[in-house]
Amino acid sequence: AYKRFSELLPKEQRDNACSRRVPKSRILTLPELRANPFQHRICRVFSTSEEGDDSMSFEDFLDMLSVFSDSATPDIKSHYAFRIFDFDEDGTLSRKDLEKLVNCLTGQGEEVSLSNAEMEQLIQNILEESDIDKDGTINLSEFQHVVSRSPDFVRYRGLQQ
Amino acid sequence: EMFFPEEAHAAAPADFLQELPSYRSVLRRRAGPGGGHDPQGSLGARAGEARGPQPEGAELDARPLREHALSIAEKRRDYQQANIKYLSGWNQWKRTSSKSWRKVLKDIKESLSYLQLWRHDIHSIEGKFGTGIQSYFSFLRFLVLLNFLIFILMFGFVTFPTVISKYGIFNSSFAKISPKNTDSLCTVYTPSGNKGLVYFYTYLKDLLTGTGFLETTSLFYGYYAIDAAVLRDVRYNFPLAYLLTTFAYLALSLVWIIKRSASGFKRSLVHDEDQFQSYCNKVFAGWDFCITDLNAARLKHRSLQYELQTDLEEERIKRKIADRTMKEKLRIYSLRIFLNIIVLAVLLGCFYSIYKATAFSQEKSNVSIRCDLRTDSIKFQYLPSMVITLANFVAPQIFSILIRFEDYSPAFEIKLTLLRCVFVRLANIGVLLFSLWSQIHCDDDNCKACGYNYELYPCWESAVGQEMYKLLIFDFMIILAVTLFMDFPRMLLVTHCSWKLVQWCGLQEFGISDNVLEIIYGQTICWIGTFFSPLLPAIATIKYFIIFYVKKISLIHTRKPPGRPIRASSSNFFFLVVLLIGLVLAFIPLGISIAHIPSSKACGPFRNFNTSWAVVPHTILGFPTGLQMVLNGIASEAFAVPFFMVVCLIMFYFIALAGAHKRVVEQLREQLVMVRFDPLSFL
Repeated sequence: AYKRFSELLPKEQRDNACSRRVPKSRILTLPELRANPFQHRICRVFSTSEEGDDSMSFEDFLDMLSVFSDSATPDIKSHYAFRIFDFDEDGTLSRKDLEKLVNCLTGQGEEVSLSNAEMEQLIQNILEESDIDKDGTINLSEFQHVVSRSPDFVRYRGLQQ
Repeated sequence: EMFFPEEAHAAAPADFLQELPSYRSVLRRRAGPGGGHDPQGSLGARAGEARGPQPEGAELDARPLREHALSIAEKRRDYQQANIKYLSGWNQWKRTSSKSWRKVLKDIKESLSYLQLWRHDIHSIEGKFGTGIQSYFSFLRFLVLLNFLIFILMFGFVTFPTVISKYGIFNSSFAKISPKNTDSLCTVYTPSGNKGLVYFYTYLKDLLTGTGFLETTSLFYGYYAIDAAVLRDVRYNFPLAYLLTTFAYLALSLVWIIKRSASGFKRSLVHDEDQFQSYCNKVFAGWDFCITDLNAARLKHRSLQYELQTDLEEERIKRKIADRTMKEKLRIYSLRIFLNIIVLAVLLGCFYSIYKATAFSQEKSNVSIRCDLRTDSIKFQYLPSMVITLANFVAPQIFSILIRFEDYSPAFEIKLTLLRCVFVRLANIGVLLFSLWSQIHCDDDNCKACGYNYELYPCWESAVGQEMYKLLIFDFMIILAVTLFMDFPRMLLVTHCSWKLVQWCGLQEFGISDNVLEIIYGQTICWIGTFFSPLLPAIATIKYFIIFYVKKISLIHTRKPPGRPIRASSSNFFFLVVLLIGLVLAFIPLGISIAHIPSSKACGPFRNFNTSWAVVPHTILGFPTGLQMVLNGIASEAFAVPFFMVVCLIMFYFIALAGAHKRVVEQLREQLVMVRFDPLSFL
């Protein structure tokens, strides 16, 4: 992992990679993140940079790899997934978050996204299924509850080394 | 603003909510020394306030540090704070060795997944055409593997011992079947392997119809005429092996299909309940994070979009159905009854024509045998196959036209059409076998001596094997011919000709149900025919292997993407159920042939027995007395009836248990909703 991290740094900074931060544009060249629709959210969630420029240090990089590895517990995965899906970072998944999420999943572009009516119907169904206290948003507990029932969740979230 | 009601609740949640790991991590963050180290997320906003009970000082040690949802900087701090005690060398070594062992297992699993047949092809089909069509191709792959295994089984236990003992390899010999006191008339059997000079096309004809030189090879039942193979003092009871291998391959197919459908069954049960969580599952867990290729990502986006749209469409249709008025319902139901009567009439027409065609074809070939002329042409030999194929083609078209008037939801339409077509195809095979049997069996003096028509069918098992072989070959040729002569010209016409009529016809869609039925039909023939023709599974394996590539090429080049997205997960389970129906229906003719019809006395391993099944009681008589008594006891009614009752009781118990669990889940759900409004009521 250290090798992969240092490859992302420009040559002259490689000797002291432990304390360096890699800018976001370089992180996004990683093969696993390149094709991922959630790449920006992932960078933002794992980055501990105070400037808010989403750069990642080696520790952030390790964090990201460990959460996505097969040996992370479902609790951790769902916790971080919740943060990744929370686009406006208000601690709950509101309708706007869900809408952005679905658009990310179906890909950008006009011809591939769902129509407004379909989106409404879909979000309504999602909320019906997962919003237990019926407040119109999904908080962390509800999210973890729904995801713990999902057989695909644990299986699919692996980043390969 | 919106935050405060939430936080008011979080201040005093019910006890069971405190057990949630998410709540615990929230507590940990609040009590953490540096709340500012986590600027993102709402948790940072609450971090300043240290509210709620603080038992987590002890809890931190309860769970390993890696399970906490904290960043590495915080974990390192906790690590130092908690002051982990020194681990002895033995524990250290244990931990590292288990880690490396897990890594090795993971690598093995990964490399095994690369060995999976056609993995890449099926994945790309899934991305381009959706999961419905992909399920057809993985079904095809499953059948290739199944047939290959059946072939290995039959070859290993039946063909291989025969071949090595006939040619004396490995110092083996065989014991010929000693003729018992049967009528010498029954044992006359001279398969006319081509003697002397014949035209070359005779070989081709024999290849297509299984007669002539093929009849004497190991392809058909007549070749296996040994009683036992002896290999260095080990006596291999061949008739018993033949029979048991037949049961073994049927059991293997049954077990494998059931195992495969078990997971689909669970999903389909859950799905039928109330669309339990299917949307959340797709949206939250739908993205495969292992995708590294942009093309693959595009494929995944499209397939996700297809799936979501399918679900929404189905839901809309269900709502429309639920909103029907009484008058509309009455109209629809009477229309459905009328259409079902038409369906029945069509079926009866098919059966009658097949019966007549088989009888006619057998008469023609028998006439030529009696006059000792081998001039029965291929077209008469293939007449039953042709009629069956015609019926299998016409009937589904009629059904698919009729079903449009019946106004069901798309998924149910597919299922009902599939059911009807299944019934047509499998019943056609049944009618063919029935008419064959009525030819072989007869009531007059011709048959008294041997129990079957020995004049015309000295080796009736080979004759049945030949019919199955012809059906398989013809089926294969039809699939190739349809692809070559209908799909490709159509595609060329549509791309190069700009007439309005042609463009309006357009490309055809990939009809999943038709294709699935084709292969299930072929598979049923293979299952029935393997007893009469042990090398048939090999032919079936090669056939399905070639069909995979033919269908894939035809799909990519000559078909348009499906207009109406189809759901795959329940279709997959449904295909397996239909395959299971085919298997169960294959049991019937096999059971009758083995247990009821007298085996031919002129050929085959069961010459000395009345029926093929008779070899089993004969072997049991050779067992020690105690074992005999046990086996007799198991087979008697005194055991079977109580056993059946116990199985029923167990089944009822599980059904009751499932019902009780469902009720408890409902209650808990209601409680969770109530907690929000009145949390104190649960304390």
